[in-house]
Amino acid sequence: MVQLAVQEVKKGKILEVNGTPAAAPKKTVYDTIGLDLWYGEHHALKNIDLAIAENEVTAIIGPSGCGKSTYLKTLNRMVELVPVVRTSGVINYRGRNILDRNYTVEELRTKVGMVFQKPNPFPKSIYDNIAYGPRIHGIKNKKILDEIVEKSLRGAAIWDEVKDRLHENAYGLSGGQQQRICIARCLAIEPDVILMDEPTSALDPISTLKVEELVQELKDNYSIVIVTHNMQQAARISDKTAFFLNGEVIEFDNTDHIFSTPSDKRTEDYISGRFG
Amino acid sequence: MNVRERFELALMGIQHQLTELSDLSIEALEQAFTALENRDLELALNVIEDDMHINRLEEMINDQAILLITRQQPVAKDLRQLMVIVKAASDMERVADYAVDIAKETIRIGENAPTVDLTHLRDMHQKTVTMLRSSVEAFVERDMIKAKDVAQLDDEVDELYGVTVRELLELSVADSSCIKVVSHLSFVSRFLERCADHSTNICEHLFYLVKGEHYELNN
Repeated sequence: MVQLAVQEVKKGKILEVNGTPAAAPKKTVYDTIGLDLWYGEHHALKNIDLAIAENEVTAIIGPSGCGKSTYLKTLNRMVELVPVVRTSGVINYRGRNILDRNYTVEELRTKVGMVFQKPNPFPKSIYDNIAYGPRIHGIKNKKILDEIVEKSLRGAAIWDEVKDRLHENAYGLSGGQQQRICIARCLAIEPDVILMDEPTSALDPISTLKVEELVQELKDNYSIVIVTHNMQQAARISDKTAFFLNGEVIEFDNTDHIFSTPSDKRTEDYISGRFG
Repeated sequence: MNVRERFELALMGIQHQLTELSDLSIEALEQAFTALENRDLELALNVIEDDMHINRLEEMINDQAILLITRQQPVAKDLRQLMVIVKAASDMERVADYAVDIAKETIRIGENAPTVDLTHLRDMHQKTVTMLRSSVEAFVERDMIKAKDVAQLDDEVDELYGVTVRELLELSVADSSCIKVVSHLSFVSRFLERCADHSTNICEHLFYLVKGEHYELNN
């Protein structure tokens, strides 16, 4: 009855003043089509269809065990480290299926960087942490390495804090600084995509805000996928949000829509704290 | 266990205060009109004095809504519920301000001004009060059909407003001793018409709450 009344209202003289035209579709970096994943007998991801847009922040939210971190780890094939894992479906990265056995992990990971929940710098100097990736890729020229280190640290908004102590051990930095060092290390290989798995869950509020600010800046040059348990964080920094539940994508839409008028009751119940 | 029980209890508390505010504002409007009809200046003064309690209640609703947003960080429909309660409280507080305005006009008219037929103005007042009561009921019961019906009554109030103003103008032309009282009564009719608009606003808030979109229920 209520629905009917609303339709009548819309048909009549009443205007919908909040109608916003649909935005033009953005270019995608990842197109996931019909992805299924099993850990042994456990069906962890079920028929996932998801398009990750270029130069956007895509947040993945959902309760523990919903498959969000598993999904993130399929995007750089880290999930293959689990021996009993099995997948079917397609994940196209820039038009090529990364699940295809001909696609090498090394090739993929030069394009896709990852930042983890706990800052995990190497037990080396700040400089060597950042130069590690470029050196592996064969860059030995000190001048070029210096440039990469400075550019990466600037990109991760930590240059001013560490420029006078580049040769000190990265372990001496605070948790928030270590996490930005890890982001800088990720930028040093000039990736196309940055995957972030709860990157601020071990950080204090100020460090969290600094990383969030950084994510906003980085999206001009990178495409970012972030798994977060912090709903306010997803609302603050992401352009699109996917809500996962029991291995399925329940809803995937613009973040404004997800956090104001979600289409699915399960999404509304989760974001408003009624379960999870 | 409902994990948002504390939030929902607090929300119910704020909505209860909105109902209380609405009752007080509608009562103020009724008393102001009774004072006008009976030339009861004491009652008019009471309406003016009591307005501060209504103002305070609206401030309390705002403060509690801000506190609840700060502490519970609601999103989606939870957040809209708080926003529309604050907006509805503002509408009802304005209704009480119009009651004060009507009381002031009553005092300006005084006890000895010529008697004027108030039939249409009384109709306007009654329809406006009906609209206000029904819109608050619809809001509390989340009844969109009732809200839509209430909003449509606004056309009738607008029509009565036109008739009332025309009649008052004709009276002032026919009897110059009535000019002063007619000008005050014209203001009263305008205040009632605005109260009915606030009632429509409350119905529109309900549509926004339920649908998450803005609707104009009465253009």
